[in-house]
Amino acid sequence: MTATLDAPAPVRAPVSVGRRYLAAGTFILLGLIDIFVFGLFAHRGDAIFALSLPGATPKLPGIHVPGALTAYLLGAISIGLGLLRALVDLPRWGKRLTIAIALLCFLLSLLAWADAGSSVGPLQVIDLLQGTLTASIPLVLGALAGLMCERSGVINIAIEGQLLTGAFAGAAVASVTGGVWLGLIGGSLTGGLVGLILAIFAITFLVDQIIVGVVLDVIALGLTNYLYDRVMVPYADTFNTGNTFGTLKIPVLGDIPIIGPVFFDSNVFLYITYALIVIIQIALFRTRWGLRVRAVGEHPVAADTVGIRVLWTRYRNVILGGLIAGIGGAYLTVGSVGFFTSNISSGFGYIALAAMIFGRWTPLGSVAAALLFGFSYQLQTELSVLRVPVSSFILLMAPYVATIIAVAGLVGRVRPPAADGKPYIKA
Amino acid sequence: MSDQDEAEPSAAPYVPTATTTAQDTGASAPDQPGGRQPLTGNAIIKAVTEGHSVVITILAVFVALLVGAVLIVASDPVVLRAWNSFGYAPGTVFSATWSSVAAAYSALFEGAIFSPATISAAFHGGSIAAIFYPLSLTAFEATPLILTGLSVAICFRAGMFNIGAAGQWIGGALVATWLGYAVNLPIVLHAVVCIIGAFAGGAVIGWIVGEIKARTGAHEVILTIMLNYVMYNFLAFMVSSQSLMQAPGQTNAVAPGIDGNAMLPHVGGPPPQVGVGFLIALAAAAATAWLLSRSTLGFEFRAVGASPSAARSAGIRVERVWVLAFLIAGGLAGLSAATIVQGQAAPLTTTSYGTYGFDGITVALLGRARPLGVVLAGLLFGALNAGGTVMEAATGVPSDVTNVIEALIVLFVAAPPLIRLLFRLRSTSGAGPQAVTSKGWSG
Repeated sequence: MTATLDAPAPVRAPVSVGRRYLAAGTFILLGLIDIFVFGLFAHRGDAIFALSLPGATPKLPGIHVPGALTAYLLGAISIGLGLLRALVDLPRWGKRLTIAIALLCFLLSLLAWADAGSSVGPLQVIDLLQGTLTASIPLVLGALAGLMCERSGVINIAIEGQLLTGAFAGAAVASVTGGVWLGLIGGSLTGGLVGLILAIFAITFLVDQIIVGVVLDVIALGLTNYLYDRVMVPYADTFNTGNTFGTLKIPVLGDIPIIGPVFFDSNVFLYITYALIVIIQIALFRTRWGLRVRAVGEHPVAADTVGIRVLWTRYRNVILGGLIAGIGGAYLTVGSVGFFTSNISSGFGYIALAAMIFGRWTPLGSVAAALLFGFSYQLQTELSVLRVPVSSFILLMAPYVATIIAVAGLVGRVRPPAADGKPYIKA
Repeated sequence: MSDQDEAEPSAAPYVPTATTTAQDTGASAPDQPGGRQPLTGNAIIKAVTEGHSVVITILAVFVALLVGAVLIVASDPVVLRAWNSFGYAPGTVFSATWSSVAAAYSALFEGAIFSPATISAAFHGGSIAAIFYPLSLTAFEATPLILTGLSVAICFRAGMFNIGAAGQWIGGALVATWLGYAVNLPIVLHAVVCIIGAFAGGAVIGWIVGEIKARTGAHEVILTIMLNYVMYNFLAFMVSSQSLMQAPGQTNAVAPGIDGNAMLPHVGGPPPQVGVGFLIALAAAAATAWLLSRSTLGFEFRAVGASPSAARSAGIRVERVWVLAFLIAGGLAGLSAATIVQGQAAPLTTTSYGTYGFDGITVALLGRARPLGVVLAGLLFGALNAGGTVMEAATGVPSDVTNVIEALIVLFVAAPPLIRLLFRLRSTSGAGPQAVTSKGWSG
């Protein structure tokens, strides 16, 4: 912490200039890739983007674009943006807009290249977007869980453990009781229990929060593996029947073309996720409760002085975070495949943690980052359907490399809540 | 601001523990004990290296084994059936409970330390060597854990958290495997080249983290987690591409087996053997101990770990220390990979990295980030792993329970006040609850 305080101020100015040219250079590089990789190597023929699912009514016509030409055009736009960034000092929203457009150009030219002249068929845009949202659910909920904790000043590395135990309890409760809603609640409560344990060790026993988090993850993995082998596998008929929620189409909204099937024709977890995003965003920044939470996370001494109960606030937030992550865990079983399998969360909790940091500890930013990860998972699936000659492992690597580049400075220095990770001891 | 609310815990004197050696007190010179030192970056080190006595550790192991026993009993169908007849035959509940736990834990012990049966067999003309077989398995299991534990520990001592031992492990494994099958060298030399290659491969991955942290201030926890995933996918990419490292003619994602010349030999006679890998782990621990307590660089590591700002004022280049600490840590994780790649006949696959990286964290925590402690903690966890396998084979209790026990030990050791509370122990120094401040994200 002192390291950051001590970092001499003059160092910052050249960094920001460098960052300006870094962004410009990146845009130009992306544009060149658009043109010389995706454009030149695109197969002859049109790329087709299908806008409705096969067999859906009403059927929308797909968009036909010439593959190579599209890539050239998008590349030119990207290079133009790069030059713009290098020559003009844009306002903050302008910078963000250029980043978004350049990334979109890159993705579209990638897709145009992948589908141009494809023998497999059109690119299923709806499928891609639907899959992005569902793949993002555990990441978004995990990131929101982390956010709840860290805004109040407790680092939560145990998201992974909360997802995993939530998934286990979700499957077990839904199987034993036969009720998927009970599974959801059971998963959520289990996540909350892990949160409570984290809170006890971090807040009451003042153990290093990163250490508790990592250890809880290891315990969660060992415990679920143990119970899975010992109970779930031999008595699968009782404990792992694979109950799942059905899809729930929202009456009017679900019928809107494109938007309907993507956003409003999924299972209840997606709607819970929408609700939680809105609630947490408003609660944190527009209510007295949120102001108090942020005060505790930024300056606990001051918060205590004005009569806010620091430790109680932290306990409550860490448990709330656990409940949210538990829902995300339950999604992995009762909301998705139904059956629990060993290590089903497979590191989503750590990705959610990265999404939260990538999103600068804000709900909307975290959601955007989680969607980016979800999109890259789904894109990889779609591209392997199109038999693109790029290893899926390279595609899977991309979001992690992007995160490293992002935390290393492309999106600016991230600033955690000032008291994050520091236990508070009442004087 | 934050310095103020942290100054409070620092006022509570830390207990000099049995594990605190003379050199180590010399190391904490930058922060005067009990003084008004800026308590900031050193918190993790303090959390890890100080404040726990041997007693706490033993009690922590005991409580963890107790919880493990509860887990074993609560999921045992025989015991659960006995509970149904509790009304008319309460005795069966206790006997079933006892026999369930006793069977599991004695199998665990026999698999890890020694089995009384082999001793009586030795008296009746059996093999004496067989007595030491479980211990050799423990050493075998402990080898990679000691090395990844050292990797995590060296970063702890420099005030950083290395969650990336898994990625560094993969870096070392890829280089060792490639050198193992693609190069032809005479025996001994080949193995040595592979080991050096593994160290270098891991060191490169570690160096990336240190370099990015030093240049941009990005937090090493996020960098290492992300780099782990990059490396998992990179490993899968390498061993599933026919033009890169996939074994010729294979459809499975598996690398070619390495040359016999590159394999690490075993020392000692038949079955109870100790692999050369174990000796490498011990040598690495000794080298790390020397580095940390006897060398200038190690002093700089500890100074930066204790307080980066104080170290900077004293003229130590903090960024250089971060880079070098991660470089060495990566190399040690790479060595861990070498002992697996060159110590086992199994070729490299997409899941070879196992849980060595994360186990390294728990080993380093339990070993209080001290080389000797890491060796002992690695041996304990190695024993639990080796015994767990035997326990699973003998009683059907899944060996995963040992992972829970290991993590619980670390959790309890990290929270001495809890153990004191459980056993009504008085705080040894007479001070209040032992405060361990942590440094948060921006350290």
